[in-house]
Amino acid sequence: MKKAGKLTTSKGISRRAILKGGAAIVGATAVTGFPTVWAQNIKDITLNHTGMSYSTIADIARQASQDLGFKVEMSVVDHPGLTNRMVNDPKSIDIADMEIWQSKIAIPQGVTQAVEIARIKNWGELTPLYTEGKFNGQEVSRQGDSPFEFMYVDAKDATTFATGVTPWASFCPGVYNADTLGIRPDLTGRAITSWADLISPDFKGKAAIQNIPTIGIMDAIMAFEAAGEIKYGDKGNPTRDELEQTIAKLIALKKAGHFRALWNTFDESVNLMAAGEVVIQSMWSPAVTAVQGQGIKCVYQPLKEGYRGWGNGLGLLRHLDGLKLDAAYEYLNWYNSGWVGGFIAKQGYYSANPTTAKATLTENERGFFYEGKAATADITSPTGEKTNSAGDVRDGGSYEERFSKVGVWNNLMDEAEFLFAKWNEFNAA
Amino acid sequence: MTSAPATNKSSLLTYFQVAPLTLVLALFFVVPVGLVIIVSFLRYQMLVGIVPQFTLKNYADLLSNPTTWILYLSTIKFMLIVLLITFVLGFWISYFLVFHVRNVLTAIGLFLLCTVPFWTSTIIRMISWRPILGREGLINSGLQAAGIIDQPFDWLLFSDFSVVVTYVHLFTLFMIVPIFNSMARIDKSLLEAAIDAGATRWGVVWNVVLPLSKTGIALGALFVVTLVMGDFFVVTVMSGGLSGSATSGIFNDLQFLNYPRAAANAVILLIIVLLIAASIFRLVDVRKELVR
Repeated sequence: MKKAGKLTTSKGISRRAILKGGAAIVGATAVTGFPTVWAQNIKDITLNHTGMSYSTIADIARQASQDLGFKVEMSVVDHPGLTNRMVNDPKSIDIADMEIWQSKIAIPQGVTQAVEIARIKNWGELTPLYTEGKFNGQEVSRQGDSPFEFMYVDAKDATTFATGVTPWASFCPGVYNADTLGIRPDLTGRAITSWADLISPDFKGKAAIQNIPTIGIMDAIMAFEAAGEIKYGDKGNPTRDELEQTIAKLIALKKAGHFRALWNTFDESVNLMAAGEVVIQSMWSPAVTAVQGQGIKCVYQPLKEGYRGWGNGLGLLRHLDGLKLDAAYEYLNWYNSGWVGGFIAKQGYYSANPTTAKATLTENERGFFYEGKAATADITSPTGEKTNSAGDVRDGGSYEERFSKVGVWNNLMDEAEFLFAKWNEFNAA
Repeated sequence: MTSAPATNKSSLLTYFQVAPLTLVLALFFVVPVGLVIIVSFLRYQMLVGIVPQFTLKNYADLLSNPTTWILYLSTIKFMLIVLLITFVLGFWISYFLVFHVRNVLTAIGLFLLCTVPFWTSTIIRMISWRPILGREGLINSGLQAAGIIDQPFDWLLFSDFSVVVTYVHLFTLFMIVPIFNSMARIDKSLLEAAIDAGATRWGVVWNVVLPLSKTGIALGALFVVTLVMGDFFVVTVMSGGLSGSATSGIFNDLQFLNYPRAAANAVILLIIVLLIAASIFRLVDVRKELVR
């Protein structure tokens, strides 16, 4: 099956001739511009993209299917759902839209195959946040699981991460953002400037924290450190002792009635905020957009201690080969070619390829989402609801300002098992 | 029945008749439960998952951890409260339908009315309590508008109260149906006889209706017990994540692929529910009552 001949021609005709030949497909490595005209049987391909609700969006699949000529379908799961699916039923997924820290499970378990960087057309345009661990020429925070640390592997089937840049990527960079607290400026009654405000007695009974242990703990750690209550050696990888102290304090707060709720899903956080049940809480960017879309003032408040960054990567499952693998590469190339970047920008996320993403936005949108400029006309969500009016400036300023202030990354800490046991205690208290 | 050889033949036939059900149960019940029990004795390694080594650590961890006990106690507390309320509601609603509504058609119509909420999904019925009980919800804004309270009641939502309200709303029908069924089979002349013999109305309920509907009560109780003990979603959503349940420990373990400990927890839960079921069946011999 190994046709060594590396195809370098960019002419569709010869490609097609070869594809008709049948077995040669496996050897075809050349990726040309897309939508590439493929052999007839490409139409029968269905790629399954599985990930979390914030990035696994049906509109993206619809557009991809339209642009690429084969079918892309989306399966939405939660974080543990994706981890479990990847490990126990990897064949049910083709593309895993995982968070960086989930690759720490996927790679050692051999669930995915590495992405051949040479086949990603615009790899050079992708943000150095992922590819070099730098942003705006500066080193990005390494507290927690920063994308660069898990970006590369040594070979296609490697089960450990590489330390430097290699020709093989663990995943193709996906969407990412810098998270902070969401507030209701009309109800807080004062300015919010620090993560410490999440645990401030001023908001007793009006605060909420996310009940997703790996991320909820980060919000708590940011808050306790900001309040000067606990000192952490590395916020991204706390020790048992630090975790014990953090959970003890969380339990004390819970018992004192500080938290109105602990939310589990995106929509819960939207409802808590929109209904005025809470005025300050852990929040994800699209949730803020959703509250704003209801005509309620909600701010994704930048805080002086910086942001909690996170990123996703599109992993190729190990079972992909032949035509299906080629289709998967087409999809990865399409994913960072602009449309997705423009779409997710409107829900507050960033594309790994800012250049093409910006090109698909209008000047007004580009100014608002990427450049920190005041909107010159109404801004709408991806689904068309108005979220901001002319004159509004996006919270947190420009793209550059935001990502130069990431303090810590979402992560899978060494003591994760201990964290889960402890978080259970927090739930039970 | 008849002669001995005929009995032998019919018993063979009986085996054939129960074979399909036995097969289905073996395949979809015995095998999975058996697997869960096996996994519960295996070792777990972080990020790797199940390691095929026998260990009792999962059980030791769970039983020695006070969190497990707190969660179970909290679940049992909810179970008892909900059992009591759904029993009182279920009994009197059935009583009304069977003995007060003279027209059978009306009774059936009213009974069907009880099932109307089940035409929508559990999640919708559960979530719809939120805008009613919330801080800016129907009850609070109503009371505030009427000038009865200044500050909204926070205990209405994201509290034990809201969890119990939702459970009662979701599970009362499971109590009504079996009790209604038992009561409908009570010979009305028994009640007349009791009244002729000088029993008071309350005496009739206590000495005739209640004993004769105990099969239904037992079955209803069994439904409610298993539903509440196995619940994870209602308690999480309606308490705003502030209360846990016995199953929330299982959920947390699954997030990290800790199947062995989750399985051990599931086995413990299964044993507790079986014990409760056994004690219910000790009180009422359901099988005998059903063939009555």
